Amino acid sequence: MAEKPEKKEKTPRQPMPEQEPKARARNFEEVPYGYGPEAAVKEAERCLQCKNPACVDGCPVAVDIPGFINLIKQGEFARSISKIWEKNSLPAVCGRVCPQEMQCEGRCIIGKKGEPVAIGNLERFAADFARKSGECELPTLAQPTGKRVAVVGSGPAGLTVAGDLILKGHQVTIYEAFHKPGGVLVYGIPEFRLPKEIVFSEVAALENMGVKLELNQVIGRTITVEELFAEGFDAVFLGVGAGLPRFLNVPGENLIGIYSANEYLTRSNLMKAYRFPEYDTPIIKGRKVITLGAGNVAMDAARTALRLGAESSSIVYRRSREEVPARAAEVHHAEEEGVQFHFLTAPVKFLGNEKGRLTGMVGLKMALGEPDDSGRRRPVEIKGSEFEMECDLAIIAVGANANPLLTRSTEGLQLNKWGYIVADEATGKTSRKAVWAGGDIVTGSATVILAMGAGRKAADSIHDYLVRGW
Amino acid sequence: MFKIVRREEMSGGTVVLNEIEAPLIARKAKPGQFVIIKANETGERVPLTMADTDPVKGTITLIYMVVGKSTALFKTLKVGEGYQDIIGPLGKPTHLENVGTAVCVGGGTGIAVLHPITRGLKQAGNKVISIIGARSKNILILEDQMRAVSDELHVCTDDGSYGHHGFVTEVLKTVLDKNKVGLVVGIGPVPMMKFVSKITKDYGVKTLVSLNPIMIDGTGMCGGCRVTVGGKTQFACVDGPEFDGHLVDFDELTLRLQAYCEDEKECYNNFCTLKA
Ligand SMILES: Cc1cc2nc3c(=O)[nH]c(=O)nc-3n(C[C@H](O)[C@H](O)[C@H](O)COP(=O)(O)OP(=O)(O)OC[C@H]3O[C@@H](n4cnc5c(N)ncnc54)[C@H](O)[C@@H]3O)c2cc1C
Ligand SMILES: Cc1cc2nc3c(=O)[nH]c(=O)nc-3n(C[C@H](O)[C@H](O)[C@H](O)COP(=O)(O)OP(=O)(O)OC[C@H]3O[C@@H](n4cnc5c(N)ncnc54)[C@H](O)[C@@H]3O)c2cc1C
Ligand code: SF4
Ligand code: SF4
Ligand code: FES
Repeated sequence: MAEKPEKKEKTPRQPMPEQEPKARARNFEEVPYGYGPEAAVKEAERCLQCKNPACVDGCPVAVDIPGFINLIKQGEFARSISKIWEKNSLPAVCGRVCPQEMQCEGRCIIGKKGEPVAIGNLERFAADFARKSGECELPTLAQPTGKRVAVVGSGPAGLTVAGDLILKGHQVTIYEAFHKPGGVLVYGIPEFRLPKEIVFSEVAALENMGVKLELNQVIGRTITVEELFAEGFDAVFLGVGAGLPRFLNVPGENLIGIYSANEYLTRSNLMKAYRFPEYDTPIIKGRKVITLGAGNVAMDAARTALRLGAESSSIVYRRSREEVPARAAEVHHAEEEGVQFHFLTAPVKFLGNEKGRLTGMVGLKMALGEPDDSGRRRPVEIKGSEFEMECDLAIIAVGANANPLLTRSTEGLQLNKWGYIVADEATGKTSRKAVWAGGDIVTGSATVILAMGAGRKAADSIHDYLVRGW
Repeated sequence: MFKIVRREEMSGGTVVLNEIEAPLIARKAKPGQFVIIKANETGERVPLTMADTDPVKGTITLIYMVVGKSTALFKTLKVGEGYQDIIGPLGKPTHLENVGTAVCVGGGTGIAVLHPITRGLKQAGNKVISIIGARSKNILILEDQMRAVSDELHVCTDDGSYGHHGFVTEVLKTVLDKNKVGLVVGIGPVPMMKFVSKITKDYGVKTLVSLNPIMIDGTGMCGGCRVTVGGKTQFACVDGPEFDGHLVDFDELTLRLQAYCEDEKECYNNFCTLKA
């Protein structure tokens, strides 16, 4: 037994073919090209097909990882995607954006000694193969139940609920505030990391199955939750995301040239400002760009800035490298592309000229102190360490809060002290009858796969309610 | 598609009215609220206030000044054509109550935004004195409509071609001298709202202004529309667009409205060259 992993480990993890850092840092094309069939099979052969696969425990939706990898190994690509679909309806997305090193791959047994199986890359391969070849069976719908479900928000949580419930025979309508579906997948995550065509094709697949999509409908304004019930919906799922930008509350924050990451990324991704003036929405491009924060959102912003032509793009983060919350692959890609990292630095204020435009930022050096509640060592200011950084664009990517637009207009919803909806962890049930919630509006900003996991649980519970009662 | 059912040009073609089919929005909209409108796939999201709504016909009326690429594009749309996306109603409705005497001050296309509020204040039982102004007589809009919902109407033109020769603020002073006024609503170009607020502050009369910062989503998601009111940052799309004029930092708003001047010129010039 003990020899087995040693023998297999001889095949190294198949490298992901990628665009050259120098070239890609100036275009919006996707960075990794994806495995070809040969590399995929080779990578699949590395998997030990564990009897008690630890990787599955690491996946929030428990994808049958050895199962789908085994099918890839046998060249059964179309069947491998069906296997993934049993648990995950957006594999082309998850393969690209899950923080695998903290989830499935982080638990892979081979990773204990060498590099884990590239589960994410394989998942992406299977999904891309299916999308491109069209060679896969569409799931069959259950008998119509005559029940109607309204899903508010078309992010990963909402899409998962819609997909699950249409399969179970219910009528589903998604209401989305924006003019395009997909939530953060479309307005937040850039094209070079997740091509929008992939998201739209997933949504189109749902529409083909019969899901109705109503865009430009701000629930709470255009229609209220009360009115949805009055119109005859039997259940409502709220998957509206976090969607309220946090600012730093330091002087000078309203200067021209300071964006929230939401605004910057929405202009670039949703409104396609990177193709201005072909598209009408402008964006401040910036020569010297500073991004505050070090999560996925910050990496996306800093890398977008390079692609829009910045001479320099810097990440400024209060904590140290160890605490960086972004996916490892994003940090690695950002560094390769030339993003500079300034750790243990906090913003004190922004400086501007007489036209109200940003010209610089005053930063302050920090040192690591005692661990805080989250176990991370708390940064403490080093007195007198202020220094100036020149910049003409600053992007604030220090997290999001709960957007109150819908929750304030809906009665009977219990919220926690930060304004997030209180929902049962196992079922997604809220304090209001026939209303479920899940995703970032319940947990605060998290991940795509956790939002989908919450959607799946809510869908099961909604189905249960529709056939049996609350 | 949201279809245009009626179209008018005003102010010598610099201002355009569109009545558009949007039944869900028409049913919900209240005075002071706005929509975000996008003409086509490559278009911008443009905020425009509803100048009128007809819940029975299911239509909303927008009146916009042609100032750049997007509004120039809107101007090319004919009856029967329409907009790809309209989102609303957005923003807080105006709080309409009986304060005794209310003064409504409007400038330029701001008059279009002011009109439904004026009507609402009248319906709430107020004595309404309105003061409207434009640079010149031929570009003044909605005079008859404003007269119909006001107890008293004063008209001003900068060049003296009609009505009082001078700014609305001058007439406002005389009105405030003569009447006990409970509320002033000022809607128009930023400098006008700034000076209206300055005057009413001296008189100690509560004043509402409607701010027009650059917006994208209109739902509080991006923070692009932030304005400083009473020293605090507010998002105009959800906390406003109406605010207490005595607390607004108008100078910051003026600067922020210039954020994309250069790009917008480029976009507009491209559009005009293409059209020509
Ligand atoms: C820039 C960025 C990068 C990220 N990178 C990663 C990553 O690499 N990996 C990862 O796992 N996670 C990542 N995340 C986090 C992940 O995207 C989110 O956790 C996830 O999208 C949450 O899904 P959701 O369905 O809860 O909400 P969202 O995706 O936020 O979708 C909510 C939808 O609801 C709509 N909505 C809101 N209010 C209303 C209303 N009143 N009426 C109708 N519709 C409404 C919104 O317009 C939106 O479309 C990233 C997030 C951002 C912002
Ligand atoms: C809540 C609100 C209600 C409004 N109501 C009306 C109205 O009823 N009638 C009317 O004529 N105008 C109204 N405006 C202003 C209108 O939105 C702008 O004139 C329009 O966006 C200009 O677009 P453009 O492409 O034609 O011009 P551009 O060349 O893009 O811009 C000209 C100027 O308009 C402003 N502007 C540009 N983009 C935006 C944007 N996305 N949001 C806001 N301002 C912008 C800027 O100051 C810019 O310098 C309103 C604005 C807001 C925020
Ligand atoms: S869904 Fe995410 S965590 Fe689960 S197996 Fe796929 S990549 Fe890993
Ligand atoms: S833990 Fe690793 S080796 Fe074992 S089944 Fe999962 S992917 Fe394969
Ligand atoms: S327009 Fe985005 S927050 Fe107001």
